[in-house]
Amino acid sequence: MIVAEQKPLEEIRRMITPYNRVLILGCGTCMTVCDAGGEREVSFLHNALRLAQVKSGTGNHTFSEYTLKRQCDTEFLDLLAGRTYDLDAILSLGCGIGVQTIAERFPGLPALPGVNTSFMGVTKESGVWDERCAACGDCRLEETAGICPITRCTKGILNGPCAGTKNGKCEANQDMDCAWILIYKRLEQLQQLEKMRRYYPLRNFGTIPRPKRIVSKAVTAIGVNDG
Amino acid sequence: MANSLFEEKINSNGFLVTTEIGPPKGADVSEMVHHIDLLRDKVDAINVTDHQSSVMRFPSLGGCLLVKERGGEPILQMTCRDRNRLALQADLLMAYSRGIGNVLCLTGDSIDVGDHKEAKPVFDADSVQLLKMIKTLESGTDVGGNDLKGAPEFCVGATVHPEADFIEPQLVKFEKKVTAGAQFFQTQGIFDLASLRRFMQYASQFDVKILAGIIVLASAGMARYMNKNVPGITVPQAVIDELAGAEKGKGLQKGIEIAARSIKTISDENLCHGVHIMAVGNEGIVPDILDAAGLDAVHS
Repeated sequence: MIVAEQKPLEEIRRMITPYNRVLILGCGTCMTVCDAGGEREVSFLHNALRLAQVKSGTGNHTFSEYTLKRQCDTEFLDLLAGRTYDLDAILSLGCGIGVQTIAERFPGLPALPGVNTSFMGVTKESGVWDERCAACGDCRLEETAGICPITRCTKGILNGPCAGTKNGKCEANQDMDCAWILIYKRLEQLQQLEKMRRYYPLRNFGTIPRPKRIVSKAVTAIGVNDG
Repeated sequence: MANSLFEEKINSNGFLVTTEIGPPKGADVSEMVHHIDLLRDKVDAINVTDHQSSVMRFPSLGGCLLVKERGGEPILQMTCRDRNRLALQADLLMAYSRGIGNVLCLTGDSIDVGDHKEAKPVFDADSVQLLKMIKTLESGTDVGGNDLKGAPEFCVGATVHPEADFIEPQLVKFEKKVTAGAQFFQTQGIFDLASLRRFMQYASQFDVKILAGIIVLASAGMARYMNKNVPGITVPQAVIDELAGAEKGKGLQKGIEIAARSIKTISDENLCHGVHIMAVGNEGIVPDILDAAGLDAVHS
C-alpha cells in the first residue's frame, strides 16, 4: 500500500488561507490503513482546523468533510460532482495520486495536498510502516531472495553490500538493517548463494520512462485508450 | 606496456606504499600542493579522495591533475555517489587524456553521513559496475554501446574490508571486483593484523595486489569518533587504550608509532603486497611514519 504522513497543521493552515469553503476529503483505502487520511483523520483534522481558527482569531473558513472509498479512481470522484458548487478548494487527505486525480476531474477547483506521500510499504507493527517497493519497473526479487536492494539498501546497489555495514546495520541509519546482509543470509538459508555471486549489470532506468503508463493488452487489442 | 607508473610498480613485485590526500574545502590548494611535494617521492602513488565521507570538497580529478603537475603519480578515487554513468565515463576520459592512469573504484559513502544531507544520491552504478565500465571503455565503446574515438587504458583498483564484522558477503563482493578487472586493492583500515593474516590466507589465491589500509589515529577521541561516525570502521579497544595512555599532547606521536609498528610488521613479514597510509588530515606526517617503519630508504 501507499504510505503517507499528514502535513503539520500550520502548513495546512497556510495552504488553505486564500480559500473560505474547504472540503476535507479523506480516502478509504491506503490512507485509512496508514492513519494519514481516513475518515477518522478527516474528522480530527476538521476539529483541529476549526479550533485553531477560533483560538487564533484569524481565518474565515467553513469546513465540510467527506471520505471516498478511493480518490485515485475517477468513478469514485464522480460521487462528489454534485457537492463542489459551493466549494473554494478541496483539501485532499489522499495520496499524491488522489490529489492529482481530483485536479484532473475538477479543473476549476484547487486541489490541496494534506499529506506527504512517502512510499509503498507494509505495516510493520501498529503505527509503524516500512518501505518495501520503489516501483522501479524491473523487479529482481527472484534474484535477491525476496528482499529488494533498490528499496532497502540506502544506495540501491546491486552487487552486494558496501563496506559501511556494521553489526548488520546500514551506515546511513544504525536502526536500519543492511539489505545486503539480509539478502545474503536468506540466500544462504535457501541454498542459493550463487545468486549473490552473479554480476548484476547497470540498471536500465529506461525500462518505462517517466511518467510511466501501463496499457493492458486487452485495451491495446480493442483500441480503447485516451491517447 | 604498463598503463601507468604505478602499474609498473605493481608488476615489479616490490613492497608498495601509497598514501592519500584529502583535497581542501575551498579553492585554496596551497596546503594540498605542499603535501603533494612532501610525499610525491616517498610513495609509489598518491590517492586523491573523492568528497570523502560525503563532505563536499575540491574534486579528486582536480587534485590528481595537481599531483601530476607536481611530478607525482596520482590514483583517482572515483565514487558512484555523485555522478551518473555519463558523468563517470566523461571524467574517466578526461583523466586518461591528462595522463592520470590509475583509478580506485568505490561505491561511495552514503549522502547521510556527509555535510549535504539533502542532496540527491546518484548511485547509478556500484563499485563493481564502475570497474566493468572502465573495462568497457578500454575495449573502445561506452556503456551505451557506442564507439569511442580513442579508448582510455587504466590501472584499476578497488577496496575490500578484511575487518568487516560479517566477512562472507564482503568476500563475495571482493571476488566480483577481481573478476571485473581490479588489479590492486587498498583495504579499509586494518587495526588487527590477525584479520589481515586471515584475509591474505584467502586472498592470495587471486592474482591481485593487496595494500593494507593503515589509518593514522591522532588521539583516543578521534578513534572513538571514527567508531561512531565513519562507515565500516571499528578501532579496537586495545588501540584506543594505547592512544589514551599517551602523554598529553603526544597523541599523534603515539598514532604514528602504532601505524609505523603495523607497517613494519606487514613489511617484515610480507603479510601482503604493500600498505596504503591514510593520515586523515595529517598528511604531513606520512614521511615520519615511513621513517619510523624503516621504509623511507626503499622509496626515496
